[in-house]
Amino acid sequence: MIVTSNLSKKYSGNLVLNIESLEIPKGQSFGLVGNNGAGKTTYFSLLLDLIQPTTGFIITKDIQVNESEDWKPFTSAFIDESFLIGYLTAEEYFYFIGELRNQNKADVDALVAQFEDFFHGEILNQKKYLRDLSKGNQKKVGIVAALIGNPEVIILDEPFANLDPTTQIRLKGIIKDLAEKQGVTVLVSSHDLMHVTDVCERIVVLEKGEVVKDLATNATTLKELEAHFAGTEVV
Amino acid sequence: MIKNFLSLEWKSFFRSASFGKGLAIKILMVFLALYFITIFLGLGIILYPALKKGFPDQNPLTIVNSVLFYWIIGDLVFRFFFQKLPVMIVKPLLVLPIKRREIVNYVLGKSVTSFFNFLPLFAIIPFGITLLIEGYPTVSVLTWMLTLMLVSLIINFLNFIIESFSSEIELSFLPIISIVGGLFALNYFNIISFSQIFSNGFNAIYNTPILIVIPVLILIGLYVVNFKLLRKKLFLDSGLKEKVKEIETSNLDWTKNFGAIAPFMQLDLKLIWRNKRTKSSVWMLLLGLFYGLYFYSKPIYQDMPWFFAFIGIFSTGTFLINFGQFIPAWDSGYYKLLMSQNIKYEQYLQSKFTLMALSVVILFVLGIPYVFFGWKILLAHFVAAIYNVGVNTHVILYGGSFNRKKIDLSQKAAFNYQGTGAVQWLIGIPLLLIPMGIFALFYFLIGFELACLVLAILGILGIVFHQKIMKGITAKYVQSKYKMIDAFNQNN
Repeated sequence: MIVTSNLSKKYSGNLVLNIESLEIPKGQSFGLVGNNGAGKTTYFSLLLDLIQPTTGFIITKDIQVNESEDWKPFTSAFIDESFLIGYLTAEEYFYFIGELRNQNKADVDALVAQFEDFFHGEILNQKKYLRDLSKGNQKKVGIVAALIGNPEVIILDEPFANLDPTTQIRLKGIIKDLAEKQGVTVLVSSHDLMHVTDVCERIVVLEKGEVVKDLATNATTLKELEAHFAGTEVV
Repeated sequence: MIKNFLSLEWKSFFRSASFGKGLAIKILMVFLALYFITIFLGLGIILYPALKKGFPDQNPLTIVNSVLFYWIIGDLVFRFFFQKLPVMIVKPLLVLPIKRREIVNYVLGKSVTSFFNFLPLFAIIPFGITLLIEGYPTVSVLTWMLTLMLVSLIINFLNFIIESFSSEIELSFLPIISIVGGLFALNYFNIISFSQIFSNGFNAIYNTPILIVIPVLILIGLYVVNFKLLRKKLFLDSGLKEKVKEIETSNLDWTKNFGAIAPFMQLDLKLIWRNKRTKSSVWMLLLGLFYGLYFYSKPIYQDMPWFFAFIGIFSTGTFLINFGQFIPAWDSGYYKLLMSQNIKYEQYLQSKFTLMALSVVILFVLGIPYVFFGWKILLAHFVAAIYNVGVNTHVILYGGSFNRKKIDLSQKAAFNYQGTGAVQWLIGIPLLLIPMGIFALFYFLIGFELACLVLAILGILGIVFHQKIMKGITAKYVQSKYKMIDAFNQNN
């Protein structure tokens, strides 16, 4: 589904990302972990063609993302609050995204209705602009909007941060369901090792822009990751 | 304590990331200030001789006193729109051992040093000096001058009270307009003659200087009210936090007539209506619309047909210039979203084009009454409108692809020039001066009708090749995509 080859990004001579080769198959739930500045957001931004790679390229479903825009219809993302339009209400925002993704109001309503418990009654029919919602509620809107229009690739940067525990658990359920039942490729980054190991089949550890670990999740993965980040790795 | 506050503000001014960038604006503001100072100074100097000459049998001071009422209400309106309470970043101070009283006193005290309070002095002092030279009693004249300064401060604090109440309602300028309009009407139709009352009041103070305690008491009263209002707001859950209003949504279904660009048009309309910064560009429409009145009502301009095109371009293109110069910076807050979504750049730009073109047509139609000043004016406005639609819209869209300045929509304030770069100022030149130059050239070479024809043809050419031009502009935007994303991502 997503093939990364020879990808690197330099900012004024500073190498911030350097991935020789990384392949993510369709329907995988893929987790990206790493400390601040490891290159997680840079990688996601490259995937969305928001920045230009210094070398190499990413191919999604046979489309090179920085050459053609045909990957846009089946890719969606929520990276940060700059993906929200502050002066719209949640409903208006969903309909706007829906229209860009060729969904009519009924389609959007039907999809959003599935997330009523996720919203916890704090999002819909609030008569509030998105800019007036709390950070956590803004995040919920962004995540659900990324699910509109049956995307095949969903990219979520730090989706668990700022969410309350109940919502974190619900979100984990949603992500698992997307990958397992609907065959959606979900890319998630997180600082919370527990959440990623819960959700993702595969976890890649980035360090200073390089892939240092590529693990298929199993019972010992969490321990291994914790050991890695604590710096007391046992080989 | 005041020393600390001042040093904080000093630092925030010189260390702000935008310092230096807005130099052009600061210079402009200084020139504006100098301009007003000159006018007021001139007024103060010539007022006495002019009144003496115009009304030889009346006392100039009495005449001045009789019009002070109009100064007061005019100043009140002007300040309401242009003077804001000096803002201080208060939040971090609240938890420090500083008394709230001191913060409030400091903010109010600082407002006294506003330029608006000093401006009248430039007229009052020379006028007062003239009075003294002319042999008016010294004590009375000095009291009179002091009274006017007090009145200026009264207006200052009265304005903040009105602002503080107005800010809580939707149409914030409605109270001031209705109060001032009401006062003016009552006075105008002689129901209650406020100008007479004020005139008597000032005369009384002039004759009996001890009465100056009345304005002093009013001033103290207003200060206390302001103090109480502000103090109440110094809590996180009241004044410092934005009031979250319940909002009305409308579905704007009529935009569906525009087909594929409908979602973007809906977004743009909401953008304009729901953000203070953009809303103010709507009010600028009125300004542009009535701009012509200023010129056409003067006979000298009637004989300058080459100038009509300029006014035509300006008055039909106010929205175009105001809104257009910040494309695509209006969307800078969520530009990443737009770029990663399944959108056609061309539709996005087409929506902006349609809005601007519509505004030109509407402004032209609203400006049809200008025909009262002559059919030539209407014709000039008509070709100017065509030129605006065909040429200026495209020029401004093209200029937008060089836009690299983020606009934070959540920030407000009338004189918020955030996002104004040198390029945006330069774009005003081709938009206004080039058509005027072309028009004037052909007017002097051949004649009025042909000059109109040339502008019209240029505009029509632009409309005919619209699709082609838009393709070129779109390509330019696509080309600078990464640079824009990067620039819009930075917090000034």
